[in-house]
Amino acid sequence: MQNACHEENAVAAAIDSVFREDGGRLTATLIRVFGDFDLAEDALQEAAAAALTHWSRDGVPGNPAGWLFTAARRSALDRVRRDATLSRKLQLLVHEADSVAEQPGADMTDSSIEDDRLRLIFTCCHPALAPEARVALTLRTLCGLSTAEIARAFLVPEATMAQRLVRAKHKIRAAGIPYRVPEDPELPARLDSVLGVIYLIFNEGYSATNSSQIIRSDLCGEAIRLARLLAALMPDEPEVFGLLALCLLHDSRRDTRQDGGRIVLLDEQDRRRWDHAQIAEGIAVLERALSRRRAGPYQLQAAIVAVHAEAATAADTDWRQIALLYRRLVEVQPSPVIELNRAAAVAMAEGAAAGLELMAPLAAVLDGYQPFHAARADLLRRLGRRDEAMAAYVRAIGLTTNDAEREFLGGRLLEL
Amino acid sequence: MRYMLLLYHDDQLFPKPGTAEEGQLYQGYARFHEEVQKIGATGGSERLRPPSDATTVRVRKGKRVTTDGPFAETKEQLAGYYLLDCKDLDEALELAAILPSAQYGSVEVRPIFEM
Repeated sequence: MQNACHEENAVAAAIDSVFREDGGRLTATLIRVFGDFDLAEDALQEAAAAALTHWSRDGVPGNPAGWLFTAARRSALDRVRRDATLSRKLQLLVHEADSVAEQPGADMTDSSIEDDRLRLIFTCCHPALAPEARVALTLRTLCGLSTAEIARAFLVPEATMAQRLVRAKHKIRAAGIPYRVPEDPELPARLDSVLGVIYLIFNEGYSATNSSQIIRSDLCGEAIRLARLLAALMPDEPEVFGLLALCLLHDSRRDTRQDGGRIVLLDEQDRRRWDHAQIAEGIAVLERALSRRRAGPYQLQAAIVAVHAEAATAADTDWRQIALLYRRLVEVQPSPVIELNRAAAVAMAEGAAAGLELMAPLAAVLDGYQPFHAARADLLRRLGRRDEAMAAYVRAIGLTTNDAEREFLGGRLLEL
Repeated sequence: MRYMLLLYHDDQLFPKPGTAEEGQLYQGYARFHEEVQKIGATGGSERLRPPSDATTVRVRKGKRVTTDGPFAETKEQLAGYYLLDCKDLDEALELAAILPSAQYGSVEVRPIFEM
């Protein structure tokens, strides 16, 4: 009995891992085949339940994702045949699903999967959906994040996020939001929202919320893959290349950003261990984008990261150049968070006092923003203003949901 | 899918009669009709008399209350509708954007509740 339980746990873990790895791909293809988000998700859930029974008895199959896809497709077809309303709604699609079902694996080829995910991202980012719903839906369906994880990332209660997802899926179905890549004339207008969603996914992976592990490289990898896909599809859009360069350059430092769960800041990272091939690729992609002479927010951010990447040591960093790039970034994309980064760069170029002065007017808007207090604490520490620095560290720690960050800030506080 | 395009107009913004702008307005509607005919999407349309000609009825506690005009005094008022049969929301939105009503007010695109 205990053995059976143990076996079931191992199978449940295997199913979890397939969902993490391939959930987005499977969902995207099921949505294409059946044209319905909920049906796709429900069918996949049913397949997971069936897998628990079958795999416990027969062992985990060689191609677990393929097994789940076949089971989910069968379950969705059954459901459509049973349910008259659903059947009428999806009448045209079932024929296609039937013919697809006869050729196992035919719709699971790499290229069609990429197309499915691209279609799905444009549907999830449709302007008829509220902006926060676009991001949530993409993270949920394409990246397989749980509702709880998305809720934490966007600082809203889980119930609110769940409701947001339900409402978004309902609107896609009820309003007839199409499941396809927009045609050329609409494509550029729809792009901004897609880029924003991809970058948020990257950041979710780069600094995962409330997790003892800072980096979830699978999400960074997903974001880079989506950015590469978009770049291949839209070779004339410099901002797509800007985004790709930005993700590549950040990601190249991934392995040096933490040491046994402890955060390692940029100036303490072992630069020999940065992925220099990836940095070279990122810079090449960025140069290609900048040659179009239409610098947008992603290209400027990538340029800032590139200045860091090009410095052989932390002391070699061209902070004046970085402060200038931030100033241009604030111009094209006004935001208090970018003002904060600019202030931090100015502190490096001209001294902590100059940076602190630029931070002062941001206090009201950024009071609930952890990095504001962490950055301010650092400058106060450097200026020897101990009591103020301590208060700022305490405030920053109170706003931290990430264990590694809490440990880092706590360490700084104790050093004071 | 069938969509109801609800046209809301702000009379303050509308071109005055006899101006060149008014001519462009009618050209805009003509273009919309042309596009709708081309894809065979039409399901009927009506233009409504202004809200000042309207009467609103409510029944409260079994008693009929009749008032002059629309209940809410907003700038944009319902002025008419088009019922269209479109491929999907994108097609409906594209047609809605051709309507001059979208320039001088707004067009609400509502899917029809299919029974």
